[in-house]
Amino acid sequence: MTSDDLTQLTITDASRLLRLGSISSADLVTAHVERIERVDKHVKAYLRFTPELWEKQAEEADRRIRQGDAPPLAGIPIAVKDVLCVRGVETTAGSQILRGFKPPYTGTAVARLFEAGAVMLGVTNCDEFAMGSSTENSSYFPTRNPWDLQRVPGGSSGGSAAAVAAGEAMIALGTDTGGSIRQPAALCGVVGMKPTYGRVSRYGLIAFASSLDQIGPLARSVDDAAIVLSLMGGLDPLDATSSDRPRMEVLNNFGAGVKGMRLGVPREYYDVKGVEPGVKAAIDAALFILRQAGAEIVDVSLPHTDYGLAAYYIIAPAECSSNLARFDGVKYGLSEVDAPNITEEYQQTRRKGFGTEVRRRVMLGTYALSSGYYDAYYLKAQKVRTLIKRDFDEAFKKCDAIVSATSPTVAFPIGAKTQDPLSMYLCDVLTLGGNLAGLPGISVPCGTSDGLPVGLQVLGPQWGENVVLRVARAYEEASELKAVVADPSPLQGRG
Amino acid sequence: MDWEVVIGMEVHVQPKTRSKMFCGCSIAGLNEPPNTHVCEICLGMPGVLPVPNKAAVEACIKTALALNCEIPRHTKFDRKNYMYPDLPKGYQISQYDLPMSVNGYLDLGERKVRIRRVHLEEDTGKLVHAGDKLHKARESYVDLNRAGVPLMEIVSEPDLHSADEARDYAMELRTLLRAIGASEADMEKGQLRAEPNISIRRAGSKELGVKTELKNINSFRALHRAILYEVDRQQQALESGGAVVQETRGWDETEQRTFSQRSKEFAEDYRYFPEPDIPPLELDRAWIEELRRALPELPSVRRARLLDHLPAAQVAVIGGDRDLADLYETAVAKGAPTMATANWIVNEVAPTGKLPSGEHLAELMDLLQQGAVTRDQAKEVHLESVETGRTPAEIVAEHGYSQLSDESELRVLAEAVIDANPKAAADYRGGKKQAMQALMADLRKRAPQANPKVANELLLKLLA
Repeated sequence: MTSDDLTQLTITDASRLLRLGSISSADLVTAHVERIERVDKHVKAYLRFTPELWEKQAEEADRRIRQGDAPPLAGIPIAVKDVLCVRGVETTAGSQILRGFKPPYTGTAVARLFEAGAVMLGVTNCDEFAMGSSTENSSYFPTRNPWDLQRVPGGSSGGSAAAVAAGEAMIALGTDTGGSIRQPAALCGVVGMKPTYGRVSRYGLIAFASSLDQIGPLARSVDDAAIVLSLMGGLDPLDATSSDRPRMEVLNNFGAGVKGMRLGVPREYYDVKGVEPGVKAAIDAALFILRQAGAEIVDVSLPHTDYGLAAYYIIAPAECSSNLARFDGVKYGLSEVDAPNITEEYQQTRRKGFGTEVRRRVMLGTYALSSGYYDAYYLKAQKVRTLIKRDFDEAFKKCDAIVSATSPTVAFPIGAKTQDPLSMYLCDVLTLGGNLAGLPGISVPCGTSDGLPVGLQVLGPQWGENVVLRVARAYEEASELKAVVADPSPLQGRG
Repeated sequence: MDWEVVIGMEVHVQPKTRSKMFCGCSIAGLNEPPNTHVCEICLGMPGVLPVPNKAAVEACIKTALALNCEIPRHTKFDRKNYMYPDLPKGYQISQYDLPMSVNGYLDLGERKVRIRRVHLEEDTGKLVHAGDKLHKARESYVDLNRAGVPLMEIVSEPDLHSADEARDYAMELRTLLRAIGASEADMEKGQLRAEPNISIRRAGSKELGVKTELKNINSFRALHRAILYEVDRQQQALESGGAVVQETRGWDETEQRTFSQRSKEFAEDYRYFPEPDIPPLELDRAWIEELRRALPELPSVRRARLLDHLPAAQVAVIGGDRDLADLYETAVAKGAPTMATANWIVNEVAPTGKLPSGEHLAELMDLLQQGAVTRDQAKEVHLESVETGRTPAEIVAEHGYSQLSDESELRVLAEAVIDANPKAAADYRGGKKQAMQALMADLRKRAPQANPKVANELLLKLLA
């Protein structure tokens, strides 16, 4: 087996080979590091690498495999988005304001994967504080789409999606506040799952919008996403919003196929403004395949969809304006200590440390929460949020799961939307409803449009991860469209 | 026309908990090295989350119940946003529009002071400025030991009308908090911080005057004086044609005056919004009822009961302290006489702070009544008993304490005293009854164990 073959494996295959002794965890790491050395200079998925961790973790994994008590992810190489704290590993949320910050603790989701035997390769690029849909808002550099290096990988978990798509990691962790796992997964042709709000502890996730953020996996198969999710979830005494639902329930019945299931197609999503014909065609083909596999396709409606974007862009910035107040230069990260007084120190530190989009959202959010505007903006947005939840409740009376495109478009050229924030915000129009309603959602590859990947989104009712995974897996099987490892080379650019 | 003083009180109380409000850090004592009781959560590191401390919620509910408050079905935490170096997250987790409790009152005996709300929040850290004054300091240091320590905020309606009333209110609050075990409420340790809101208006006027809020008050005495000073200052301002500015004023203990700290004209916008990291609490009604049933008798009720058989002066001391009241009631239940026991507690126990068990106190009272020990001896027995834990009877037996009541022995002693004090004896015989005191004093000096009643009778007989 060649080194490149090892970077195309799924967890199931790799685990079998590891347990058979055909390969070692060290082999897997070496293969991935070689792959990274070859392709990451083009893709730029990673911000930094963690050799001290992978050496120790691979050695431990190999030892336990030899002893015969290997945990479920023993030896599986993973990448971690730059918003998830790992003890002693520089974690910066893609921002200059946290440059040099090494958390004194490891967040719960990552810690659980470490306990399960995962081997961390490095930290992936993302939009600053996860605010963006293209990874162009990273304060370091933009990540490129492995399918076409002139195009964006989506965002904000663009580094994680690109790493998995390019064979630079078997699994990556992302976070999804308005679509930040599902949209880059769609644009990079991989599987990306956002769990129900409360399924995975947020402890250790550098918050963007606390009531919307969830951690989830990016993978090259639905099975892999399901395995990782089942190991990350469950009650965490350190997160009061985490649920005590049994973590393994996400796997219930998920191989049962879609025969007899009712899948709802919301007309507001199907005919969403700006949807590309190629995307629509791919979705039509997917619906056909699902019907062939025995699902009943039904029309549903999510009437408040139009207000979702506006509500989202009030609630998320409002929470972010408060969450980002702690970056004041006093305790960690960038600090402009030469300022003449504390107010100036705050201003200089934050002006220098935050990028344009972050500053824009902090200001939007501050405004929306201000006395005299709170009722008109924040409170109204919360009411819309309730209406959107009700829309979904109503829809799920008529169907078991909702299917749509993940993104109205395929990957767009780098720079295409950076001058127009509103057009960038529209990237999330099909995904953010799931965040406002706290629902589980997944994006699976469903073919290509003009050679670029299209993603099929499946949304389920609260705690219905197993339903979502079941539909996604059935589609993956019936369509025979496994995520493929892209082979990025500069020659592939189509400008 | 007279002025009417209107005072509302905001009191911050640190509930008795082992750990902080939202993390597992222990509560630092006074003068512990800075930043030794901190973790990533109370330091406001990126990625951390708050989890409410159940013990703090319990203390808050107990306090609310003891203050006759309503406990709404739903309560939630909110973020109060402002940036300051002693506030690690850039916001304080507090409660805004759905506090833990509302609409209660504190019984001050002669009247009730309405309580608007009792809610939970977290304390901030402490800034230490190099140099004595902020504006002169070249460097400032942040100590976050206190950051995240739980606080209950008890807000009264403006029902208080004098410095005396405000002080009585704060003291009664302390008594209550200690009685129900919700807080140690030690003002010197910053566990109880009173912030009076003061305004004055012409007597009979319905409208409230402009108020000032006083801070940095660390004793009941300071509270009293600060209010007196502030009322006087406002009165002078208004009478000289000036105005009171709405502001926060500090109390300067050295100079014994208030000074302007922060004008409220440009009131800060705290941008309150619901804390998304903590789901709204739906408090279990059965649990609340359990807490209500477990509340001890409240000081006001106990005081009313004590007043049935004790004078107000004694009740003021005994009823103001749960331990003393418990001691009194146990001793009396074991047969100790009410008045004598109350007096003993007021004079010998309260000032020394040395608490015997109720059983030992009853025994000591019995020995005193029987005349087995003198009062002076009883004091020694009391101290020794508290120190060693042995019973008063054992100590009396061991020391050979017992009163000299034998008449023939006392007669010899009394005769000696009269011989040694011819002037006092003559004075007494001449009608100066108070001369007896000098004779008794000499007798007690010669024989401390003498039974004073028998000795006094003998002296009277010999001088007749």
